[in-house]
Amino acid sequence: MRDLSVINELNIDFMGMRRPWVIVSGALMVIFLLSMLIRGFNLGLDFTGGTVLEVGYQNPAELSDVRAALEAKGFTGATIQHFGALTDVMIRLAPQEGEEASAQLSEEVFKALSEAVGGQVELRRVEFVGPQVGEELREQGGLAVLFALIGILIYVALRFEWRFAIGAIAATMHDAFFVVGVFSLFQLPFDLTVLAAVLAVIGYSLNDTIVIFDRVRESFRKIRKGTVIEITNMAINQTMSRTIITSGTTLLVLISLYIFGGEALSGFSLALIIGVFVGTYSTVFIATATVIMLGVSRADLLPVPKEGAEAGNTLP
Amino acid sequence: MNQYPLWKNLLILGVVLGALLLAVPNLFSQDPSIEITAARGSEVTEASLAEVRAALETAGVPVKDIETREGGKLLVRFASSADQLAGQDAIERTLSERYRTALTLSADLPGWVRFLGLNPMSMGLDLRGGIHVVIDVDMEAALDQALERYVGDIRTELRDRKIRYLTVARDGSRILIKFNDAAMRDDAQRALSSEFRDLDIQPLDEGGDFVIAASLPPAQQEEVRTFALQQNITTLRNRVNALGVAEPSIARQGDRRIVVQLPGAQDPGRLKELLGATATLEYRLVDTEHSVADALDGRVPVGSRLYRERDGKPILLNRRVIVTGDQITDASAGFDSQSGSPAVFVNLDGQGARRMRTMTTENVGKPMAVVFIENVTTTEVVDGEAVKRTRKVEEVISVATIREPFGRRFQTTGLDSSDEAHNLALLLRSGALAAPIQIVEERTIGPSLGQDNIDQGFMSVMVGLALVLLFMVLYYRVFGLVANVVLVANVIMIVAILSMLQATLTLPGIAGIVLTVGMAVDANVLIYERIREEIRNGSTPQASIHAGYDKALSSIVDANVTTLIAAIVLFSFGTGPIKGFAVTLVIGILTSMFTALYGSRAMINLIYGGRRVKKLAI
Repeated sequence: MRDLSVINELNIDFMGMRRPWVIVSGALMVIFLLSMLIRGFNLGLDFTGGTVLEVGYQNPAELSDVRAALEAKGFTGATIQHFGALTDVMIRLAPQEGEEASAQLSEEVFKALSEAVGGQVELRRVEFVGPQVGEELREQGGLAVLFALIGILIYVALRFEWRFAIGAIAATMHDAFFVVGVFSLFQLPFDLTVLAAVLAVIGYSLNDTIVIFDRVRESFRKIRKGTVIEITNMAINQTMSRTIITSGTTLLVLISLYIFGGEALSGFSLALIIGVFVGTYSTVFIATATVIMLGVSRADLLPVPKEGAEAGNTLP
Repeated sequence: MNQYPLWKNLLILGVVLGALLLAVPNLFSQDPSIEITAARGSEVTEASLAEVRAALETAGVPVKDIETREGGKLLVRFASSADQLAGQDAIERTLSERYRTALTLSADLPGWVRFLGLNPMSMGLDLRGGIHVVIDVDMEAALDQALERYVGDIRTELRDRKIRYLTVARDGSRILIKFNDAAMRDDAQRALSSEFRDLDIQPLDEGGDFVIAASLPPAQQEEVRTFALQQNITTLRNRVNALGVAEPSIARQGDRRIVVQLPGAQDPGRLKELLGATATLEYRLVDTEHSVADALDGRVPVGSRLYRERDGKPILLNRRVIVTGDQITDASAGFDSQSGSPAVFVNLDGQGARRMRTMTTENVGKPMAVVFIENVTTTEVVDGEAVKRTRKVEEVISVATIREPFGRRFQTTGLDSSDEAHNLALLLRSGALAAPIQIVEERTIGPSLGQDNIDQGFMSVMVGLALVLLFMVLYYRVFGLVANVVLVANVIMIVAILSMLQATLTLPGIAGIVLTVGMAVDANVLIYERIREEIRNGSTPQASIHAGYDKALSSIVDANVTTLIAAIVLFSFGTGPIKGFAVTLVIGILTSMFTALYGSRAMINLIYGGRRVKKLAI
């Protein structure tokens, strides 16, 4: 009678496949690491400092004309690109010597652009970030990730067991590293919203991992026979429908954000879309696999007998 | 089975209805408006309302509504921002003498909403347009200046006391004073220790030299820093008020930064000009021999000038300046040692002290005034050409009677409160003593981009939400419908809490809401999949519902708490956009736990609870 029950009756030997996948993940991590070391990041204004102007022309603008208008006034080395539409142009200038000069820069640049087209251009957005602010932000971002990880490690270790805490952290770091790595490999612009997305990925990936851990723990307590691998497989299979539905609905929202949210949200939503995919994958092949490799046994998860209580029976 | 007691149902209903009420103000449109306040010396009255209406009618600007607001303000609403700008222009042209205008957005709330004191969420600058500037106060320079002042003061003090020294010089963060012999040094140490209690003064003998090292102890350094920051905030506040922006926000960020946010402002050039303004002070005698009324009629006596005090009261001052701001070496607020009333202590340099002594000796019993002068350079476009104009703003900030002759150090008492003393001290220092500032971050968002951001953000939330709702109904049928009601309630609760806290909604904030919606589904999915599993295992429908909610609980709580930890860390470390994202994420996690665990359970209980059910539509 259950018409959509296909994913309810799965019996896939996930843990049997764990070695090849761990190797694949490992290889990807090496590639990302190399990319980060060699190519680095296409860091956004928030991190590097500098000036960005977003202007809207009344007619479609040729980038070469914009560049010519700027160079005529002595502004060289600007990055100029279309932003969303052909009439919208984004101009980015590297940080200048002396911050005072930099703060005035945006006005002069806009004046140069405005004069070139007889005032038929509108200033939509100006951002100026001083170099030291950028540096502080990089530090802040790194610290935020570090403290989030420590907080999570403690919570999971308390609620589950230390092997699970390490598994959860391994999966979380894998996912954060993956998203950051993709942004480095393809040189996608990495700005503050992408950093926020990476942190959200950490949250999402954890959410996913904890749900499966919870099921694994429950299965260990409930089922008396079967090897560790069999029970883990069973837990993963039983939660598979939930995993697919949740990541599916989250992706629905994220994809609509990517398509309709405009340029300002595209980096954010892309990072999260990647994150949801790897977050789901890493739960099985990194988090759970790590726990098994660390040699978890049923005894580790049996509830500590409390005074009077017979095992962990559910209460009414 | 599966029935909530009545009080629980009512409580849940109450929370949801309360949230609905708090969220209501967000449904009303935000009108482009102008806030009108009276310029110094006049008031907003019923007559002003008619005056403003007439001015707008003459200019042919359609007005939606004009109302009086508490605090002596008028609020004029317009249908479009084009009308708003035209309206401001009209008012500025005809009434600028007596009124100040500021552009703002104002929600068109009906009377009962305003009566309940409800407000919509405030929109971040990225959504409504405006200028965001972060200013760094140069603390090293502030400390440097403080030490330089002490160098001068120490020299004067030693000279006054006829203690002969070789040199007084800065050595990094210390001041070294060299003497010929030990006796001189000991005299000096006694004298300086009693005179400069703020300084840490130690004898320091090296290589046969007789030296005293004076340095600022950490507590004093901290005080110099705090003072520099506060002083800049005070002057910025005074200047920004002249910009004509409603709800400007000037706040301290961390140890040395100031964040200025000007919603709706569009011209960063004017703000920078204001920041670059220079201020100075003049001490002048008050002219008590001539009549102020005559002067107001245009008969200003030779040798005097007409000034205005802060409250607009006219006052006649002598043209001769006694002391100017750059001769003040220190000004601090404290309490008079005799009366215990608030006081401001002022130190002058040698030249200033001599002039002050001569003047005060001759004029005991007469009042003396402090004039605060600001020079603001503005660029205005006249006939298509940019013209730079320097505007001088002068006002009398304090008038006090000379009780006895004084010179280098004196105090001003008779102030109403220690706040007033504090403000006066800050203003007295804003001349030569201001700590240098620089802009380290600047963001200007045009109003059209702000509107685009709102539209796109709103659109993407709607589409995403619609898709999820559709899927849930198709996949979980009746239970899906329940989940949908709960999801919508969740969004309403987030909006309600944001409105209640008057938190600022930013673009990353919208992203946070979207993410919560995606993740709130998870809690429902966890429960429903559990219920399905129980049914498969052969449990009765009622037992399945019960076990489903029960067993999913630990997963939901664990998963949400871990995400909550991440969100809280983001909130405490992040600034700006990250903080905005974290706020909505934290609120969203809490509301989604409540709605998924209690809201949906209450609905399922009402639908299925307490009766015989053959089959669940799940």
